[in-house]
Amino acid sequence: MISSPPGGTAPEHSRALDPELLSLPLRECAAAALEAAQAAGASHADVRIERLRGQDLALRNGRLERLGDDVTVGLAVRVVADGTWGFTSSPDVAVDEAVRLARSAVEVARASRPLNREPVELADEPVHDDVTWVSAYDVDPFTVPSADKVALFADWSQRLLASDDVDHVDVSLQQALEGKFYADTAGTTTTQSRIRVQPKVTATRVDPGGGFETMRTLALPVGRGWEYLTGDLYDWDAELAQLPSLLVEKAKASSVEPGRYDLVLDPSNLWLTIHESVGHATELDRALGYEAAYAGTSFATLDRLGTLQYGSPVMQVTGDRTTPHGLATTGWDDEGVQTQQWDIVRDGVLVGYQLDRRMARQNAAALGVSRSNGCAYADSPSHVPVQRMANVSLQPAADGPSTEELIGGVERGIYVVGDKSWSIDMQRYNFQFTGQRFYEIRGGRLVGQLRDVAYQATTTDFWGSLEAVGGPQTYALGGAFNCGKAQPGQIAAVSHGCPTSLFRGVQVLNTAREGGR
Amino acid sequence: MSTGRPDGGHDVVERVLALSRADGCIVLVEQSSRANLRWAGSTLTTNGAVRGRSVVVISVVGESVGVRSATVVDDLEDLVRASEAAAREAGPAEDAGPLVEGGAAADFADGAVETPPDVFSGFARELGAAFGAARGDGLALYGYASHDTTTLWLGSSTGLRLRHVQPTGYVELTGKSSGGSSWVGQHTRDWTDVDVAHLDAEVRRRLAWGARRLELPAGRYETLLPPSAVADLLAYAYWTASGRSAAEGRTVFSAPGGATRVGEHLAPAGLRMTSDPTDPALATTPFVATTASSAMSSVFDNGLPLPRTDWLRDGALTALVQTRASAARTDSPVTPYVHSLDVDGGGTASTDQMVASTERGLLLTCLWYIREVDPQTLLLTGLTRDGVYLVEDGEVVGAVNNFRWNESPVDLLGRVTEVGRSVPSLPREWSDGFTWVRMPTLRVPDFNMSSVSQAS
Repeated sequence: MISSPPGGTAPEHSRALDPELLSLPLRECAAAALEAAQAAGASHADVRIERLRGQDLALRNGRLERLGDDVTVGLAVRVVADGTWGFTSSPDVAVDEAVRLARSAVEVARASRPLNREPVELADEPVHDDVTWVSAYDVDPFTVPSADKVALFADWSQRLLASDDVDHVDVSLQQALEGKFYADTAGTTTTQSRIRVQPKVTATRVDPGGGFETMRTLALPVGRGWEYLTGDLYDWDAELAQLPSLLVEKAKASSVEPGRYDLVLDPSNLWLTIHESVGHATELDRALGYEAAYAGTSFATLDRLGTLQYGSPVMQVTGDRTTPHGLATTGWDDEGVQTQQWDIVRDGVLVGYQLDRRMARQNAAALGVSRSNGCAYADSPSHVPVQRMANVSLQPAADGPSTEELIGGVERGIYVVGDKSWSIDMQRYNFQFTGQRFYEIRGGRLVGQLRDVAYQATTTDFWGSLEAVGGPQTYALGGAFNCGKAQPGQIAAVSHGCPTSLFRGVQVLNTAREGGR
Repeated sequence: MSTGRPDGGHDVVERVLALSRADGCIVLVEQSSRANLRWAGSTLTTNGAVRGRSVVVISVVGESVGVRSATVVDDLEDLVRASEAAAREAGPAEDAGPLVEGGAAADFADGAVETPPDVFSGFARELGAAFGAARGDGLALYGYASHDTTTLWLGSSTGLRLRHVQPTGYVELTGKSSGGSSWVGQHTRDWTDVDVAHLDAEVRRRLAWGARRLELPAGRYETLLPPSAVADLLAYAYWTASGRSAAEGRTVFSAPGGATRVGEHLAPAGLRMTSDPTDPALATTPFVATTASSAMSSVFDNGLPLPRTDWLRDGALTALVQTRASAARTDSPVTPYVHSLDVDGGGTASTDQMVASTERGLLLTCLWYIREVDPQTLLLTGLTRDGVYLVEDGEVVGAVNNFRWNESPVDLLGRVTEVGRSVPSLPREWSDGFTWVRMPTLRVPDFNMSSVSQAS
């Protein structure tokens, strides 16, 4: 499991910007678009030119199912004209196309003006003149021959299939190289590259009499390169060796008796609960209602900033886009704002939101700040930047307990490891999560796995039941590639760090009984 | 510089095929143009006019396949060589087979069709009027309108030359007031059938139902699932209907001993679940066009005609999704995935008529955040959204709280007691990716509302 101290600074590294991105006519297109937009009457304009490379690889029972490699290149122009947004985009990165897009964006803004009652104004931000940033990794996964990847995963598959307790093995790896160039009429110009990988291994055991059970590895996506698959950052050999016996134990485990249990949540499970119940709930665009028709709103409304008791006093949550190897980590956001770290929940009280420039300006008085904290992001040149999630992380206690000590303090409970099913309502109140492994705790000791477990709670009740967070030795970074939001739909990769944590008296369901079985 | 623009997608297809040195080659070229408007609190929030393009080269070398995609078209030779190199590196594909053979469609050399620049002009005027009326009446409107036109050209080294134009538009309108929240949505091909005043009126009718607020506990309730909710539930069942995975024993459609549940009665007699790409109201690409192989698709099937397929007929499971490779492996008919779904039980009652015949039950608006809990039974969880209404003695008597529910759509089909009239519908959660559906309202006597959600 990857661990990294929260709030650290990115290590020194010497990775270069994506040369394919740099080979595009970045500055010529940006200059032409910005000039054309201003000439057409835009009060603000920004240009993004992106080159996104992705590779998706999957093996089914040790044989290659798919191997696809995709490159997306495009140019996007966003303007404010007559106080209204206008956005256009094209796959053609050329000067004449940049000019056409800029003029068209102003036309789109003016055509939309009759529908707009709230003039767009952006928070002032320092100008960053021609700055660059590259994420930290050792081995660019796109330089590794596909044959090597297929051979590695075929070997993993065969190791698992050699067990009598495993009938099927699915291995997948998603890899992304994200190159972005940004320029705006204020004078900021940024060029950045990020790399990330997401490996998954799932073993399935089929009961000849009917029914089946699955178990997935706990490795989570991360802002690293191929070294995550072959280096000493994650002990793949150990987990693959354990997976068959863990799977058969789960398949034969007792079905949980529903009721209230103390839960010890491993970071491999808790990261997703943080994502849904804290990360999304503290996005200011949700709190303001901009996502009311789609992703939803938030119970954590702006009028409750500084007073909402989100959780118990041991709950300390930060937002950042600076954590080393974090999936939302970058140097500057898609509005040219330098990234940073800030408090979201302090001593259990809501104290901060995730912002972009427009919301920061519009709500400066209520927020008590007049600057963005750098959360604007677009997942492709085809999409407009919206406020997206930072790495939202629960902080460990400086001298906090180990996982074993947390388990030792539980008389009757469940230790939940790994994420699986997740769902939360459109105001971020009611949620339900499952996991990969559920260990029954009796008298402070693990006594074996349970099955059919889901926990269900209301966000503030759940975080109010947080009795203890583990120490830094239990802290780990989880995350996802596929956080969805906005219309047209966008996805974003984001990390969440957390320590092992103890929650008292959480409602546990039996999923088999929920299904009427 | 990446400035190359195709004269036409067919031209790119021919250039790629001429460059190919592989044993086989498939090319898919797409050009799209999309316009969108988004609003919140009765004012515009974002908009966009976006062009897109992709060129996908699938090279086959022996039994190996390499797939490379790009948005630029001025370095096609690099793309083709990369695809061929990937095929040589990859090793045998598990679904390897002969490419589909065929000829040229009459419209293959036609150009791309674009979204008209004024596609929203009439709609925007009507929406602006609805905004004004909403402000005057203390309501707030939220929503999204999108129209995409994608032209696809598919060619192969085995002679296929196919083209398809897919217009996809949809609108969603959410209203909020002291009466809660309500939602309507519809798909459209050309916006001539979108009537903002009608959508607004339905939103207001439902908000008026919310003038009386009631609280109900968790439990099992007789429930009317409207077409949008049925679509979101049955889409999940459809996406799980891989014939290969079922035969491997790892889906809800598996039976012991490597068998499947094909032939088993899962739904009320008379209920049919069909995909038909030539249905004029639900038309989608009439041939296989896929860039990746999976449990539900095979790149080797590209260009294969998609027939109308009954997945359920008279309540019985009649087919699962089968590629040519999986069909051969499981000795089943070839029944590829089609990007639409039509469910019809022969019912004639509208949702309002089903309300009128309800003694006591819940009427839902739509479902949200639907995720799989248990793949063995396809148990799903999710939320009710934008209006849950209590029906008593044939009338809506008020709006109640939202619920978290846990249900399997497969299990639920077996408990349906009434099937209403099928109508074109828009799935609330999957509107953007699974737009073309026709669904009925279903009556379920005991829908499992697992807990109360405070969301309003």
